[in-house]
Amino acid sequence: MAEQTVDKTPAEIVSEAKQNKAFKAPELTGEIFMPRVEEGLIVKGVTADVKPHMAKPEIQAKLGFPETLVDNWEEVAVRKLGELLEKYKSLQVYMDTCVRCGSCTDKCQFFLGTNDPNNMPVARAELLRQVYKKYFTTEGKLFGKLAGAHRLDLKVLGDWYAYFHQCSQCRRCSVYCPQGIDTAEISMAAREIMDSIGLGQKYVNEILGKVHTIGNNLGMNPKALAATLESTEEDLEEETGQKIRLPLDEAGAEVLMVTPSADFFASPHVESLLGYAKVFHQAGISWTLSTAASEAGNFGMFIGNYNQMQKVASRVSDAIREMKPKRLIVGECGHAWRVAYSFWNTLIGPFDMLDPKYPSPQHICEFTLDLVRRGAIKLDKSANDEFTVTFHDSCNVARGSSMGDRPGGQFTIPRELIKASCNKFVDMDKDTIHERTFCCGGGGGLLSDEILQIRIQGAMPKMQALHSVIESDGVNFMALICAICKAQFTKIMPKYGIPMSVAGGVHQLVGRAIELGAKA
Amino acid sequence: MTGLTLVFSAYFYIAVDIFLVGLLLKIWKYAATPAPLKIPLTPAPKTTVGVGSRMFQEIVLFKSLFKSNKLLWVGGYVFHLSLLFVFMKHLRFLFPSTPAFLDNLVNFDLYTGFILLSALAFLFILRLVIDRHFYISVFNDYLLLGLLMCIATTGLLSRFWEGGGVRADLPDIKVFVGGLFTFNPGTVPDNRLFLTHFSLIMLLLIYFPFSKLVHAVGIFFSPTRNQVDNSRVKRWGPWTVKKPGRAGSPEPVPVQPSLIVSKDTPDS
Repeated sequence: MAEQTVDKTPAEIVSEAKQNKAFKAPELTGEIFMPRVEEGLIVKGVTADVKPHMAKPEIQAKLGFPETLVDNWEEVAVRKLGELLEKYKSLQVYMDTCVRCGSCTDKCQFFLGTNDPNNMPVARAELLRQVYKKYFTTEGKLFGKLAGAHRLDLKVLGDWYAYFHQCSQCRRCSVYCPQGIDTAEISMAAREIMDSIGLGQKYVNEILGKVHTIGNNLGMNPKALAATLESTEEDLEEETGQKIRLPLDEAGAEVLMVTPSADFFASPHVESLLGYAKVFHQAGISWTLSTAASEAGNFGMFIGNYNQMQKVASRVSDAIREMKPKRLIVGECGHAWRVAYSFWNTLIGPFDMLDPKYPSPQHICEFTLDLVRRGAIKLDKSANDEFTVTFHDSCNVARGSSMGDRPGGQFTIPRELIKASCNKFVDMDKDTIHERTFCCGGGGGLLSDEILQIRIQGAMPKMQALHSVIESDGVNFMALICAICKAQFTKIMPKYGIPMSVAGGVHQLVGRAIELGAKA
Repeated sequence: MTGLTLVFSAYFYIAVDIFLVGLLLKIWKYAATPAPLKIPLTPAPKTTVGVGSRMFQEIVLFKSLFKSNKLLWVGGYVFHLSLLFVFMKHLRFLFPSTPAFLDNLVNFDLYTGFILLSALAFLFILRLVIDRHFYISVFNDYLLLGLLMCIATTGLLSRFWEGGGVRADLPDIKVFVGGLFTFNPGTVPDNRLFLTHFSLIMLLLIYFPFSKLVHAVGIFFSPTRNQVDNSRVKRWGPWTVKKPGRAGSPEPVPVQPSLIVSKDTPDS
């Protein structure tokens, strides 16, 4: 930890980060290597100094958080923790029930990648639990350190800031926990507490501000959005010879499409947007995007803040009232789909103005696959013959949501859609897919360049799994249904010597395979 | 009533009261805390019956642990199962004449006590030899394992070591323990081995509600496991955090002087 000197404020001491610019990705062997103490690999605090930038006062103010670390932060933080314990059953139960059995210790990609034992889920949770014990339990008050209790001091706060931003809230550890402890809930609570004392993370809070003021994470104003869609439409016509539309704010359209704003121009995200447009076009279903709801993503979840999450989500209900669509469909975005699937109905529902024949909201993969099954669109698999495809289960889709009407639809539906779009599909190792999938390393608000080291290290297990199928089956396309996964992988893969073109969207494949023109 | 009887009877009632009240308060707290956003770990059952089955597999079979780590599963499962058997066998001390099924169990199953002790030792050793487990273990993890091992050891000595004299004193012990449950304690036998065993168990009961042992009831309230995956069709609002009149609840929106500063800044 940083030494305390007179000219530094507590906030600076807590957030002080040492950047390791020389950090290199490890070599790929296909094996997920387990760090061991004997080999000197497990080093406590080795990534304690890799921290994201702090949110500036004006960003904090915009969200209603204190601008900088408040003077009585210990008191405020403890009070906030008490408040959260009364609000969230998950937090209350999970603070008490961990038996430190060790089941989760080898499950987190950030531990496997960084070798820092504080990234073992149980140790990460203990960072908060030690404070809970100190202020809220008889055991901790009586026995202090012996019971594992610790006062919330600057050192602990610094550890919180580092390690709760080295958790992508992917919930992989929860799969293996005999008590079902969900570290995402714990890390959300910790971030909420840090925000309440004025210690916000720049990347996430800045984006939340952009959504509130401009309407989407990327900060594209309505004019820019309209212009981008228009020029994309022209490109699409040039490419296909068909008038495929990307409608914006067209009231009365049957479908309101809410998609991550990255889909509007980032690469490879935009390829999926083209895919959606082709599907709607060919199926003859009218649809529209919305400037008000030009963002599916909801970073309010990452900071565990109910009000922020609701405020971001309310843009969608506003758009529904304005556009009066019959159906609500969500594009390829992992955490957005978790929020949409699990929380929208509660936050902004009921959706009784929508057509009750369709689940609401509906995932674009559910929608497209249904059209394929009914023969409403035709896919030519051979259009993707240059690809051998694998599928990465994005954590929030895999462990926080579902698709279709049967449990596990979130695994089968995208795969079925991919298999309908290409001839060659292989899955990665069974311990790295479905509910056991590893996170891309950039989820949960970690997609920020100053913690690139953590992102590279956190991606290691997935990169090993991918490398393994590249070697064995010649995989050259990893299909994704998450905007964060796409951004993370295109940045990280080259560091591991894998070309960034290997990462792409599921609807990128669909868009290539779809037969446009006259219906059979 | 002898002084010794008085001391141990009082100890028993205090311990049991702390255990019951403490645990009920925990259960009350878990049950009363809202869970406004549904967070089942998917793939999750879409029906209540499905959730029942999922909870059964978690609680009775330790499914997630099995998925994770076979060694730990063996240690943990054997420990919990043998503890259950040992506990059931102890029920015979409550009845003046032992019910037949308990007699059968006791005659059939001589050695679960040893298995219990070995499983505890195994779990203790796992904490020491697996580097990751050693790293995360804290004092009270060892303390609890140690306490349970002491209880198991004194229990085994009572049963199998004639020198301890517990078997000889058994009729008195039954009268004493049975009497405790009918609020009419008999005279406590002055047998050091028995009194040690008895005291350690009371200690465990006292510590139970304040320790990680509450996982025994916490698992029933674990939202990732006990929720039905039906948020797309069912609403869970509105969220009412404040339960009026409940002592200790915070105000719905606590006014924090340090936070007011941000309110002056125009929002968007």
